[in-house]
Amino acid sequence: MTTARLRAEAISAGYDHTTILDALSLDVLDGSFTVIVGPNACGKSTLLRALTRLLPATGGHVLLDGRAISTYRPKEIARELGLLPQTSVAPDGITVADLVARGRYPHQGVLRRWSPEDEAATAAAIAATEITDLSARRVDALSGGQRQRVWVAMALAQQASILLLDEPTTFLDIAHQIDLMELFTDLHRTGTTIVAVLHDLNQASRYATHLVAMKDGRIVAQGEPGAVVTADLVDEVFGLSCVVYPDPVTGTPTVAPIGRAKERAASIGRTQSTSAAADGTARVPGATES
Amino acid sequence: MTGTRTRPEPIDFGAAHVVMRRGSLSARLHLRTLVVCLALTVAVAVAAIVALCLGDLPLSPAEVVAGLFGADDGLSGTVVREWRLPRTTAAVLFGLALGVSGAVLQTLTANPLASPDVVGISSGSYTGGLIVIVLLGGGFAATATGALIGGLATAAAVYLLAYRRGVQGFRLIIVGIGVGAMLAALSTYLLLRARVEVAMTATAWGAGSLTPVGWPQLVPAAVVIVAALFPLVVLSRPLQQLELGDDASHALGVTVERSRLALLVCAVALTAVVTAAAGPIAFVSLAAPQIARRLTGGAGISLAAAGLLGALLLTVSDTVAQHALPVPFPVGVITVVIGGCYLVWLLVREARRTP
Repeated sequence: MTTARLRAEAISAGYDHTTILDALSLDVLDGSFTVIVGPNACGKSTLLRALTRLLPATGGHVLLDGRAISTYRPKEIARELGLLPQTSVAPDGITVADLVARGRYPHQGVLRRWSPEDEAATAAAIAATEITDLSARRVDALSGGQRQRVWVAMALAQQASILLLDEPTTFLDIAHQIDLMELFTDLHRTGTTIVAVLHDLNQASRYATHLVAMKDGRIVAQGEPGAVVTADLVDEVFGLSCVVYPDPVTGTPTVAPIGRAKERAASIGRTQSTSAAADGTARVPGATES
Repeated sequence: MTGTRTRPEPIDFGAAHVVMRRGSLSARLHLRTLVVCLALTVAVAVAAIVALCLGDLPLSPAEVVAGLFGADDGLSGTVVREWRLPRTTAAVLFGLALGVSGAVLQTLTANPLASPDVVGISSGSYTGGLIVIVLLGGGFAATATGALIGGLATAAAVYLLAYRRGVQGFRLIIVGIGVGAMLAALSTYLLLRARVEVAMTATAWGAGSLTPVGWPQLVPAAVVIVAALFPLVVLSRPLQQLELGDDASHALGVTVERSRLALLVCAVALTAVVTAAAGPIAFVSLAAPQIARRLTGGAGISLAAAGLLGALLLTVSDTVAQHALPVPFPVGVITVVIGGCYLVWLLVREARRTP
């Protein structure tokens, strides 16, 4: 039942002479919202780049519909796989609708530059990302959150059935982060397979249907977030001791780092002889007030 | 149309566009760019006719048009077709080539400073031509070949020196300026070593002039220019995508490095062939794209508008150089004077923008 159109089979990849991924395999389950998490330099962005052929795999194969991705023509891949890269440049003075329309490139040719399908897909992408009011504005005049929506719209105009997102929320404030994650969830509900690299474990657990934890170029654990995110795993992957408690809104796992809070509380405890917050047991926030 | 089909709400692009569709052909054109291009075409035609009118034997526009279409077999027909037309055609065509070449380089590097004269390609052509003149004795074809090879070799050297996992705009410019400075030193050395007559020939060519261009010199240059412009019709689409950054354009199905290399080769060939035929003509490839961008007001630089503006600039500059001053000057001198001021202004503005 769970098939995977996009699969990595024992791929190795890296930059210059450094190998970052070594014989890694991953099935991107169709219709999933897969989120890849892991510490800095664990290879999660490299994996995403290898999946889109942005970085050619030096070993193994990335397969799309059973065929090695290296045998596809670039535009063919672009019609199936969309990518929201970490860094994109909006040309000076370009308007929102113009930028979104550039997502149609893989569907166009020298003589076929603006078909009715291009127009419909662009309009639909603008509507889906709720930027209709902004469409005539210049991209350089938008806020960070709005601009990211425009880039998402461009990737949507591409009409790829699998969308890869490389740290899409990194430079946004929390409200815009949630806003964007909800948008991705809506896209996921309408049938797009999503693969995202995220830094925020709590958001990852909340939105992912399939969570992949990576460390040192390997996959340490994967599966449904409730099963994957445990205090032990966070310790193993990030080297962070923490308490995992259920999100009061969604019930998904949430991570509360311990840090040195315990020591500090203990030293306060010596003088005040109360250390309510420092016993390290899991508790639901809301009960900890007072 | 029965009216049952609901037309989707038109997309607001923030500027008027013309959509043309016929069968499987379709295009969406920025209206203002289209109007600017038409106006520039008219301006270039007018400037060319004015250039053909002026000279020791002043002609009326009517005589020029008659001469152009072969209706006049007399003296004025010969003057127009044999004496003045090659030079004016060269001004239009070379200006077009320089404008397009600059537009491609500036778009690729996302930097208004990146024109072929700044990144050392013109210097390379000049040095190549100079080597032929000083060491092998010159001749138009040999000099032109030397200049073409010099320009292409310099571009290759700059590209390879700036290459690190792909070529990044700013690194290309810095390396290009360095290479250009070295080549300028080499050129000076060659001139100092040469005999006086040879040095004078070299200097005359090095000033950039359309005077020596007749039909025999123009035809091969025109062939190269058309051959380099033709692939750009196809490559202008990937060029536009490359503005979005390497990752984004790759994700949209552009073969990034291959497209960039092809674009660079076309741009370099355009500049090198002009330098080969007429010597280095500064400023046109630097300024034309930026002026075109301000006129069209759209995103990015329209290659057509930049080319037409280059044609206009060079035709007008050459007319000024020939007729408006007490003594005729090489056109390169005029463009260098204007270009110098423009370059200083551009550098100051860029320096203020990037902290």
